[in-house]
Amino acid sequence: MSTLSVEEPEQAESRVHYLNVHYGVKSWLLTTDHKRIALLYLASITLFFLVGGSAAVLIRMNLLTPTGLLVEPATYNKLFSIHGIVMVFFFLIPSIPAVLGNFLVPLMIGARDLAFPKLNLLSWYVYIVGGLFTLYAVIAGGVDTGWTFYAPYSSTYSNTHVMAAALGVFITGFSSILTGLNFIVTIHKMRAPGMTWFRLPLFIWAMYATSVIFILGTPVIGITILLIALERAAHLGIFNPALGGDPLLFQHLFWFYSHPAVYIMILPAMGVESELITCFSKKRIFGYSFVAMSSLAIALLGFLVWAHHMFVAGVSMYAGMVFSILSYLVAVPSSVKVFNWTATLYKGSISYEAPMLYGMGFIGLFSMGGVTGMFLASLGMDVHVHDTYFVIAHFHYIMVGGAVMAYLGGIHFWWPKISGRMYPEGWARFSALIIFLGFNLTFFPQYILGYLGMPRRYPVYPPEFQVLNVMSTAGASILGVGYLIPLIYLIWSMRYGPVASSNPWGAKGLEWQAPSPPPTDNFEETPVVTAQAYDYPSREVEVA
Amino acid sequence: MPPGIPLAPPQASTFAPGVDHLFLFLLGVTGSVAILVFVLIFIFAVKYRRRSPDEVPPRVHETMFLEVAWIGIPFLLMLVMFGWGAEIYYEEFHPPPGSLEIFVVGKQWMWKLQHPEGKREIDELHVPVGRPVKLTMTSEDVIHDFFIPAFRIKKDVLPGRYSSLWFEATKTGTYHFFCSQYCGTNHSEMKGWVVVMNPAEYQQWLSGGAGGETMEQAGARLFQKLACTNCHRSDNSGRAPTLVGVYGRPVKLVDGSTVMADDAYIRESILRPAARVAAGYQPIMPTFQGQVNEESILQLIAYIKSLKIPESPERMKAAP
Repeated sequence: MSTLSVEEPEQAESRVHYLNVHYGVKSWLLTTDHKRIALLYLASITLFFLVGGSAAVLIRMNLLTPTGLLVEPATYNKLFSIHGIVMVFFFLIPSIPAVLGNFLVPLMIGARDLAFPKLNLLSWYVYIVGGLFTLYAVIAGGVDTGWTFYAPYSSTYSNTHVMAAALGVFITGFSSILTGLNFIVTIHKMRAPGMTWFRLPLFIWAMYATSVIFILGTPVIGITILLIALERAAHLGIFNPALGGDPLLFQHLFWFYSHPAVYIMILPAMGVESELITCFSKKRIFGYSFVAMSSLAIALLGFLVWAHHMFVAGVSMYAGMVFSILSYLVAVPSSVKVFNWTATLYKGSISYEAPMLYGMGFIGLFSMGGVTGMFLASLGMDVHVHDTYFVIAHFHYIMVGGAVMAYLGGIHFWWPKISGRMYPEGWARFSALIIFLGFNLTFFPQYILGYLGMPRRYPVYPPEFQVLNVMSTAGASILGVGYLIPLIYLIWSMRYGPVASSNPWGAKGLEWQAPSPPPTDNFEETPVVTAQAYDYPSREVEVA
Repeated sequence: MPPGIPLAPPQASTFAPGVDHLFLFLLGVTGSVAILVFVLIFIFAVKYRRRSPDEVPPRVHETMFLEVAWIGIPFLLMLVMFGWGAEIYYEEFHPPPGSLEIFVVGKQWMWKLQHPEGKREIDELHVPVGRPVKLTMTSEDVIHDFFIPAFRIKKDVLPGRYSSLWFEATKTGTYHFFCSQYCGTNHSEMKGWVVVMNPAEYQQWLSGGAGGETMEQAGARLFQKLACTNCHRSDNSGRAPTLVGVYGRPVKLVDGSTVMADDAYIRESILRPAARVAAGYQPIMPTFQGQVNEESILQLIAYIKSLKIPESPERMKAAP
């Protein structure tokens, strides 16, 4: 069953919209249109995804044999470092906020653009400059500190291009801060008449919560990286005990940002999920206020759990206990969301276009990542599996199984709005399926590897771990193909896909009232909101 | 799962069964909740699939009861997970008194271990079965981590401080240990074997081979060689306080505060003597940074630890 619609074909061809209003490179590089900037981000993060993904392919290939199939340990260390740095800072963190958020925040609240359009363009340029520094570090010979930059290894011992890579992360942080600032001001000040806080789509609540983390957390990673640079260049004793510093201080500062950064990746994904589940089951979300408030709760509690990355690092027993229980607290709002999504399906009218398949895959994989987080928050358990493949599997289930599934679901869902074209449904469903299967085959064996005791960041490993590693690599090759298929057909569809109507899914939400693709100013006249979010028609039934 | 793939590492310490029980508990509880959710989603997905494009679903009334239930019940379960995990963690922080002490120094990319009796080894750790063993660990360069999967324990090994780890092996055999904190190029080569032996065999192993000098004796030799005795005289007549009986006691400092004379304080006083000077003395001690490595410091500490206040005047003359 499909609600794909090929009506109004004359509309998109003859009408002036944000894509055909100007032509030429300059019109893109100097644009202040939030929708065009979203596409600039889409292109750039896709390139970074390919860089990070290629590193992942080489990592998995190398792990096919216990002695390392392809490369020397020094090269392997650079591969996982660049994989982590690129995927975390240049793909996952900007993914949903900078692409879908940029495109959708003004459209969803009935505004013409973000509050500061030029600042928005600046964010992209800052991101690109940061990215160039990091790419320079890769081309110049690589960096081998891991994405975590632990001191004193990064500040004193590593003789790779730490400064360039760290500077890239430092610079790109300003891009996050500016985007967060822009979103917060926009959501506060530019909502259409009648768009009260509790009528906002849940995606907007998620963007709001994410922006809070951007603004509060990102400066801390900036400061931390500056301190690393100071110690590396000027030998100021901050983290290296040989100079009078404290290496645990680095970990506290690093995780104070980098744990909330995980929520920067997953909160937007949860926002997308709420949009997908409601649209494809034609239902108002179950427990709107609980889902909305849980986003804020996650954003705030997320700042209080950083030391669960340090249970075996040398913190005191009591610190361990406090951070363990706080970590369980932050798990509550996440599970609330899963239960509410499930309840939303109840008595819905559920259809299975590709975005919904990605959405269902998200619930499954995110839940798997979430429950294994319960293992890691439990102190005695964490001591055994900390820094093993169990942790690798856990956070890939959240960040790839969760965030990337939702990102792809969101890209498919809003593709008609973004491009004015429909993607090929059959291919899209097929790729959703093989991504789901490939993902599980890649990462499920890693839980077992971790419990068996295989440490992370090991190019060489004991032979008894080989079978599980081969399974994981086999899965990764399926997963890799799964990611390439949408890349090909989405590009293809921009030219050859069927022309999309303004609302092919019959979805609620202001963005679907604008034409596909929307004109530069989004709405011909400012919309007035009179109903709550997800106001799908329902029939009153006699309660037995 | 095909046959031949192990699902858990060997259980070889007193912690291992407890951690595995906790694992099964976590698996049971979280697995049940996850399966419940997945089954519900599957049922809803099939039962409420859209049958016609203009289908209008019935209104579902939200109940506060459900929200409270799925906030409250998981949280109560999580409290159990927290408590159970914290109990194990507590035990891991409290080595039983009288544990056998072994000293571990990590450096890029090897582990150097020494036993108090003087036996030293590299990338191997011999321990007796059925006796608590406490590892006192430090690093010469970056952060490492000592991880023994079969014992279900690990702890980061940091430069500039001592961390400790304890276990009681329950089964003889040979088990992996790994460095599990990324430490540079050959991180994955920084591993070795724990050899758990019968106490008799362990004793035989300890006394076998060369060496002959205990850590205490090695420390005493260093104490002479580095001319520590010139100032730290046993009768407290030198320009520095006597170290006899100082270990494990509070020391008054020049700023009026007190510090416990433990491993960390002694280590600091050797490397950065001016950091915390004992009350009544001038900060005239030179640093020994660069003259002593981490292993030597551990030997000096072992020696200072052995300087007990003598019970009889005769023995006082013998002490340095």
